Amino acid sequence: MKGCACFVALIPLFIFLSTGFAADIAAEVGIYDKFKGQGISINVYNWGEYMSNGSDGKLNVNKEFEKLTGIHVNYTTFASNEEMYAKISSGSVVYDVIIPSDYMISRMISEKLLARLDFLNIPNAKNVMPEFGGLEYDPTGAYSVPYMWGTVGVVYNSREIKGEVDGFDALWDKKLKRNILMFSNSRDAFAIALKKLGFSFNTENREEILRAQGELKKQKELVQAYVMDEIFDKMQSEEAWIAPCYSGVALAMMKGNKDLRFVLPSGGTSRFVDAACVPISSKKKEAAELYINFLNEPEVACANALYSDCSTPNLKAFEMLPEEIKNSKIAYPDAEVLKNTRCYRFGSQELGGFIESLWIEVLVGDEDNDNWVMPVFIVVCVAAVTCIGVLRVRGKRRKSDVYAGSSKT
Amino acid sequence: MKRKLGSRLYVALFLLFMYLPILVLVAFSFNASRSRSHWTGFTFAWYNKLFHNQEIWSAILNTLFVATIAPIVATVLGTISAVGVHFLGKRFKRIMITLTNLPIINPEIITGVSLMLMFKFLRIEAGFKTLILAHVSFNVPYVIFNVLPKLKQMDKHLCDVAMDLGCNWVQVFFKVILPEILPGVMAGFLMAVAFSLDDFVVSYFTSGPTSQALPLTIFAMTRRKVSPEINAFSSIMFVLVLSIIFVMQRLELRSKQVVRGRKTG
Repeated sequence: MKGCACFVALIPLFIFLSTGFAADIAAEVGIYDKFKGQGISINVYNWGEYMSNGSDGKLNVNKEFEKLTGIHVNYTTFASNEEMYAKISSGSVVYDVIIPSDYMISRMISEKLLARLDFLNIPNAKNVMPEFGGLEYDPTGAYSVPYMWGTVGVVYNSREIKGEVDGFDALWDKKLKRNILMFSNSRDAFAIALKKLGFSFNTENREEILRAQGELKKQKELVQAYVMDEIFDKMQSEEAWIAPCYSGVALAMMKGNKDLRFVLPSGGTSRFVDAACVPISSKKKEAAELYINFLNEPEVACANALYSDCSTPNLKAFEMLPEEIKNSKIAYPDAEVLKNTRCYRFGSQELGGFIESLWIEVLVGDEDNDNWVMPVFIVVCVAAVTCIGVLRVRGKRRKSDVYAGSSKT
Repeated sequence: MKRKLGSRLYVALFLLFMYLPILVLVAFSFNASRSRSHWTGFTFAWYNKLFHNQEIWSAILNTLFVATIAPIVATVLGTISAVGVHFLGKRFKRIMITLTNLPIINPEIITGVSLMLMFKFLRIEAGFKTLILAHVSFNVPYVIFNVLPKLKQMDKHLCDVAMDLGCNWVQVFFKVILPEILPGVMAGFLMAVAFSLDDFVVSYFTSGPTSQALPLTIFAMTRRKVSPEINAFSSIMFVLVLSIIFVMQRLELRSKQVVRGRKTG
């Protein structure tokens, strides 16, 4: 690490124009002083683009934390729960704070990968809205402190689609052929298909899951693309007209195109909660808890919510938000609507694998095709390799013949 | 004349094919909105933000750090082993070349997973150590393959001459062999830098909490949206590399002219 520090010093490009953020954090500074001057560092693992980082003159959360506590933050990011899970469960890395989603938290609790939090070090947990206590992924609330939440709904272009869009059915509308986008991950895609059929998306009934796969296969010819973050460009440039997406992503997109609308299906939908946890392997649990406490400072939680466009579960931070966001029915739907939403639950590894394989079947397409494509491909490859080999040997022989011939004459 | 037009057109199309994506990227680094398809106005804001984004900067520095240290180590190791391989008997030479060939042919993902498993087995905590070791391991073969041809081109009697004149092996290496193979060494080093800079798969499996490389940071953004700050950084990199190549070519040209001037004069 010292090497890196030297290197840092060598790079003239590396000019941090200190934003000079006088920390207005009105907190009991007492608990943050504990580790000052000890040169401790903690490893934080969060989703990408999910924490205010000082661009645009906003709060730089990690820097402020370092200033306040003297604890250095090694901040790294991941793109999916599964990626994060693979790292933590492999045991090759030690993280002190991680921010997984609901179903992953319940899985990690059941696999004993998370540590029980000591809430004496997280007094700010009291800022969290009461309805986020004891959710199904962490019924006792002992392992996690909610960080951000949102819902899955449908975003559509109101100029192209005149009629009322009410639920996920519109994603199967034949009139919108080739203008529909769909999630590229199996969990969200199956949840939508199951909900469309009126089943629970946490179902463990394989019959129902297979029927959902049938729906997704039917939808495939209507879908323009299965997307991750390409949804931004495609929806904003009106290349596609309708797509399922997270509420936070919808809000961010609507800043770029005023014709976009977002609806929560009246038939109910899924809700995600990402929450801060401490892995059991952490050796600096108390420092990690301080960090979680810091995330729940109203100013910090507010800055993070504004940066990520997601909804904050922190009541005091919510009160600090600008009026138009506070009143947004997209970010903060009414309680009745929320009653109709559920979080994902982790069924079992086997079930997850089953759904994943069905999803790959949908994406790869005609089963009739892939029965012969691979064998034929392999046969062609083998034939090509043999041909090349034979030709080379022949060529060599001919060459040696020529040499032999020339030496004779 | 007609033929010339055709070949010119071919070259133009080829260059367009190669550089259009980069030009689009550069153009959109000046786009006012976050969109990657809609042009909404000209701005330098992303460049400004890039300099204030600690997350991206630390990733960039991690990447540059690894892409400097690992190639240096790999070049030293690779050059030494290339010289070793060169002076082996015919049979062992072929075996060694095949063995060094394997990691190149081997899919990256297998290299990555096996390295991760090995580090875990040896109980080395993932971080800069593992990342650099991993990068060295996939860089060494490229260095060897750039150095070996230069060794083959070298007059093998040169070493004998040098030893006859009283050099020991170390002196032979530094005074005779190294100057001869230096272009190959440099090519190997630059290739290693290039591979280290844009490696994703191996880094994915071997990086730790303190050593996230830039490609991983960019990938992590895909859940929400890859920030245009990345466009800005890529543009800076592109211009930087382009100007380095330009300067190097000019220097080379000048030194050639000097040599020619001396010869004729």
